[in-house]
Parts: sequence; structure tokens; C-alpha cells
Amino acid sequence: MIKVKELPGEAIVTATQAPSIKNSFRAYVQRVRGGDMGALPAVLGLVVLCVVFAVARPSFVTAGNFANLFTQGAAVTLIAMGLVFVLLLGEIDLSAGFASGVCAAVLAVTLTSMGLPWYVCALAAIVTGVIIGTVLGTLVAKVGIPSFVVTLAAFLAFQGLVLVLVDEGTNISIRDSVIVAIANRNLPPWLGWALYAVCVAVFAVVQLVRARKRAKRGLVADPLSLIAFRVGTLAVLAGAAVFVLNLERSRNPLLVSLTGVPIVVPLILALLVVWTVILRRTAFGRHLYAVGGNTEAARRAGIPVDRLRISAFVICSSMAAIGGIVAASRASSVDPNTGGSSVLLYAVGAAVIGGTSLFGGKGRVLDAVLGGAVVAVIENGMGLMGYGASVKYLVTGSVLLLAAGVDALARKRAAAAGLR
Amino acid sequence: MTPLLEVRGIDKSFGPVKVLHNVELSAYAGEVTALVGDNGAGKSTLVKCIGGIYPIDAGTIFFDGGPVAIHTPRDAGELGIEIVYQDLALCDNLDIVQNMFLGREHKRGLLLDEDTMEELAEKTLSGLSVRTVKSIRQQVSSLSGGQRQTVAIAKAVLWNSKVVILDEPTAALGVAQTAQVLELVRRLADTGLAVVLISHNMNDVFAVSDRIAALYLGRMAAQVKTADVTHAQVVELITAGRSGDLGLKNGVTP
Repeated sequence: MIKVKELPGEAIVTATQAPSIKNSFRAYVQRVRGGDMGALPAVLGLVVLCVVFAVARPSFVTAGNFANLFTQGAAVTLIAMGLVFVLLLGEIDLSAGFASGVCAAVLAVTLTSMGLPWYVCALAAIVTGVIIGTVLGTLVAKVGIPSFVVTLAAFLAFQGLVLVLVDEGTNISIRDSVIVAIANRNLPPWLGWALYAVCVAVFAVVQLVRARKRAKRGLVADPLSLIAFRVGTLAVLAGAAVFVLNLERSRNPLLVSLTGVPIVVPLILALLVVWTVILRRTAFGRHLYAVGGNTEAARRAGIPVDRLRISAFVICSSMAAIGGIVAASRASSVDPNTGGSSVLLYAVGAAVIGGTSLFGGKGRVLDAVLGGAVVAVIENGMGLMGYGASVKYLVTGSVLLLAAGVDALARKRAAAAGLR
Repeated sequence: MTPLLEVRGIDKSFGPVKVLHNVELSAYAGEVTALVGDNGAGKSTLVKCIGGIYPIDAGTIFFDGGPVAIHTPRDAGELGIEIVYQDLALCDNLDIVQNMFLGREHKRGLLLDEDTMEELAEKTLSGLSVRTVKSIRQQVSSLSGGQRQTVAIAKAVLWNSKVVILDEPTAALGVAQTAQVLELVRRLADTGLAVVLISHNMNDVFAVSDRIAALYLGRMAAQVKTADVTHAQVVELITAGRSGDLGLKNGVTP
């Protein structure tokens, strides 16, 4: 028998470079150049857009308009957060926009014609979302119809369903103070600062505890400097946002005072944290990535692929329901156009602009928030510039195409760099 | 010495086509058993029968001396039989640790216990003397073919497995990487596992195996000790089903 000779492996690098800000930064640059751009396009796009609009229309940089951005983008962002789960599996949900419309209509009907309390109605809307997701997911996973077709059919059917619910096109106005408050009222300034303090503190503690634990077990841990950098960045950016939102933005402060963080902001943050933890720190989330990356491998690892696929659609439609509630709150009414027209494409655009891949396996809930901000800035800025709907549609469509192009090219580049 | 894994009299048909005829195979702990045969000889089918992917029509599988029933891949996994398929079944978008524990994650409460998994993965890899990866937190997409094979094998041995079956692990690899993987295969057997290596490559077979089992048209032509045969004899067994006194008589019965 021939003995196998001890051969030196290719590129034996035993010691990982000592973790530090410099090395982390270098690793990041390497990843970006390799095609894994993450949130970079969204952040850069956001900065460029803000600068352009600020120069062209000084009214863009007022506190009032800043607050508007949040309430304007909230519904789309929430729908996009749900879409991330479906996109992670390489599927698509074209019906998410009208699903949000259906759920908003359920909310409006239960609230007005039935006169039920707001929490029952909100729950009814979300349950409607869960049912929609279950049906769509089952059709895709068990029957095997491509998600594109299933949700395209649902896209049409839900338009009809909304019409049925709102009695062939009437406008149902919503007067319930709690529902209306979600997108139209603000937190008192002190509460804004208190929430800010809690968020930054929790973030810092979580990071420190994790690093300490890993260091104790002899694993590679983030250095203190890197953690300080992260916490500092968060503290400065969030602090600036809270400060601006707490400025007086009423035109006539003597008559009505208008200050504070819009209530949708903590709502979005809470959902962002919850979904991020589920996606990043639970077996369920890990399996979603696995199915998106290699379905066959996931199946062989004993992961219930069909069940996972259905739950992704359930999450997507439930988030659409929450988006629908916020949209209904913002308009203080529900009509056949709620969740219609460009809502879905804006939501898909938000997720993709943020860095979620249309090919599956790559994406974060944070992407939806960053992309949602880009979409909101475009819509808001174009409105301020006085452009009509025509230009808005053209620009948003181009941005969506651009983002999808960046995604596809990055994927190609990653393949060339051996990263995918 | 009783074999750790033994199959006797396995028959398997797909519709009218009989793929396996009365096949026997033994794999011993601490040894590498090479399973060789031409394309279509039934190597992969046999392995899938052992792995619980295909049900067998007739025959018995013995594990550690006793007969066992394997109906699903999970049954095989519980006995300690792990199969590394040719396409490896790794998720490109996950890192090494995440892939190794896929579907069997360690949890603390509802959350994943990343630190424990990382430690165990590190221990398994260093136990196999794998030193070729930069960081076990790097994505599988950034690994070379040999490194992927290594991760797939390490994933198979992570679970206190007793039998590891490797389906053509070196088929797509270059010279240096092939040597690395073969070295790893040898080390698996040296740690006391029974290893079954499916291969087309005679050099690989003679480099690492202790025994050779040659399949010919769905029949086990011969099971011999590697030291007792020559290169040419094995090639004859593969292509004609017989070689001198060895192999099938009249091309049918052993």
C-alpha cells in the first residue's frame, strides 16, 4: 500500500489576523470588492439623494419634512420587511401590496360597520394576513405552482376582494384615535430621548457581553475599539435623528405644538429587532438562509422545506397586514387604492435597493429599512421638486431596475471572485 | 473480526430493471474499503440503499453484528452511518460552522448557541488535522473544491458517526487537493471509523484502501485485500467481472 505523503495544503493560514478596526475595515473593503456590497449602495444612494434634494430644495432639510419621511415610508418599509423573508427563499410575493389593502379593509370594516375595539380590529387584520400567507404558501410549497404565478393571480383577486370589502369603491374613513395615532401622532420628546437611551444602552451591553463571552472561551471576539465605534456611530446618528424630531415643526407653535418622534418609528424599530433576532439567532432563521442557499442541502439536513416556505409567506403577508394598518392610519381612511398602484413595487424595490438578493439566500431585515428610506426620500424629494406622478414613476422604476442590476452584477462578480 | 457494516443478499430493482443482484459488502472499523466498479455497476444505488434513500427489495443489513432496518436517511444517521454525496450538499451562503451543524443546531433556549457550535467545529476540524481554512467563520462560497470536500467530511464525522461513506470525493479535485482529501480519508479510518470510499481512480484506491470491493453489472465480483491484488487485476474485475481465480464464474455466479 502506498502511504499518503504529508502534503502542505494550499495557503495555510493558521492565525487569523488580530481583530482590530483596521483589519475589520480591510476585510470589509475586500468583501465589497469581491461583490458582497451589503448595505453600501443603499447608504451611498441615500447620501447622494439627500445632498441633491437639499441643494435643489432647501425645504427638504426642515425638521417637518424629516418627520414626514418616516410616516411616508413606513407602510412600504413594513411590507418590504416581510418581503425579505420570501425573497430569501428565492421566491416573490407580488400580492403583498393588495394583501395589505385587504387587511386594511378588514380593519376599516370591523372598526366602522361592526364598531369593535381597535385592538380586535387590528388583530383581525393581522389574522387575515396570516390566512392569506398560509393559502399562498401552501399553493407554492405543496401544490408546486411558481410563486410568481400564484401571487400574480392573488394580486388580481385581492383587488377584487378590496372592492367587495369597501362596497364597490366607497371610501371608509377611520376615526378611532388609537389607529389614527400610529402614523399621525408623536411620542412626547422626553419619551423619545428615554427610548433612545435604552436602545443605545442595550445595543452596547449586548455587544460587550457577547465579545466578553467569546473571549473567555478563547474564540475570536470583536475588539473593544470596534464595539466602541459601532455604538458611537449608532449613538450619534440616532441622537441626531431624535434631536431633529424633537424640534418644533408646527407652522404656528402658539396654536398647536408639533414635536417628537413619530409613533411609527418605535414600531418599525421593534419589528426590525424582533425579525433580525429571529433571522440571525434562531434555527428557524438559519434554515431560511439554508433553503435559499441550497434547497437540496437543506432537505438532506432534515429541514422541513415546505413548512419553512409556507411560514415565509405567512410572515410576508402578516407584515403586509401591519403595513396596511399603518397605511390606513396615515390616510385615516381605506379605499380601493389602499395598498395598490406602486406600493408593491416600492416595497420590492426597497428590499432590493437595501441589498436583499432576488436570487435568494442573501438579505437582512435591515435592508428593507434602508431601502425603504431611499424610496421615501425619492418620493418625498420628487414631490418637493414639483414633479408629477409621471416622473416619479419613471424615476422609481429606474431605481428599482438599477438596484436589481447591481444585485445581478454583484452576483456575477462574486462568482468570478470565487465568493459564490 | 466481524465487520461493522455488512450487507448480505441485497436485491434492488427499478421497475423491470434489476440493478443489484444478491450483493454483499463488508466494511470493517479502522479500515478503508474501496467500492469500485464501472459506470452503472450499481455503486451509488448500493450506497443509497444503505443510506435509507432507496428501500431494498431483498437482503439484510447488519450493523455491529446485528440485523437492522434502515428505512429513512434518519435511521441511517441514528445508527451512525453518514454518507457524503458527490454534490456535497453544502449551502454556499452559510459559513463553515453553520454548514456543519445544519439541521442539528445547538440551542440555548430559543436562540442558537453559536459559541458552542464554533468550539465543536473547531475541535472536529483540528482533530482531523485540517489546517487549510483561514477562519471557520468564512462562507463556504469562498472555499476551494478540496476545502469544501473537507468541510463535508468533517460534517459527517461531527456526529460520532461509525461508518462514513464517501461518494467519489476526489472526482473534481486537482492533484494537491486530492492528496489532502485522501490523507483525510486515511486519518478517518485511523481514528477507528469504518470508511467506504467509492472511486474510479485506481491510484486513489491503492493509495488509501485496505480492502477493495468490485461491483460488476450489479453483482459483487470480489472482495479482496488491497495488498493481495495488483492494479491490473482490479481493472479486470471492474471491466470483466473476473480475473483469474477471482471474480464471477461465467460472468454470473461468484
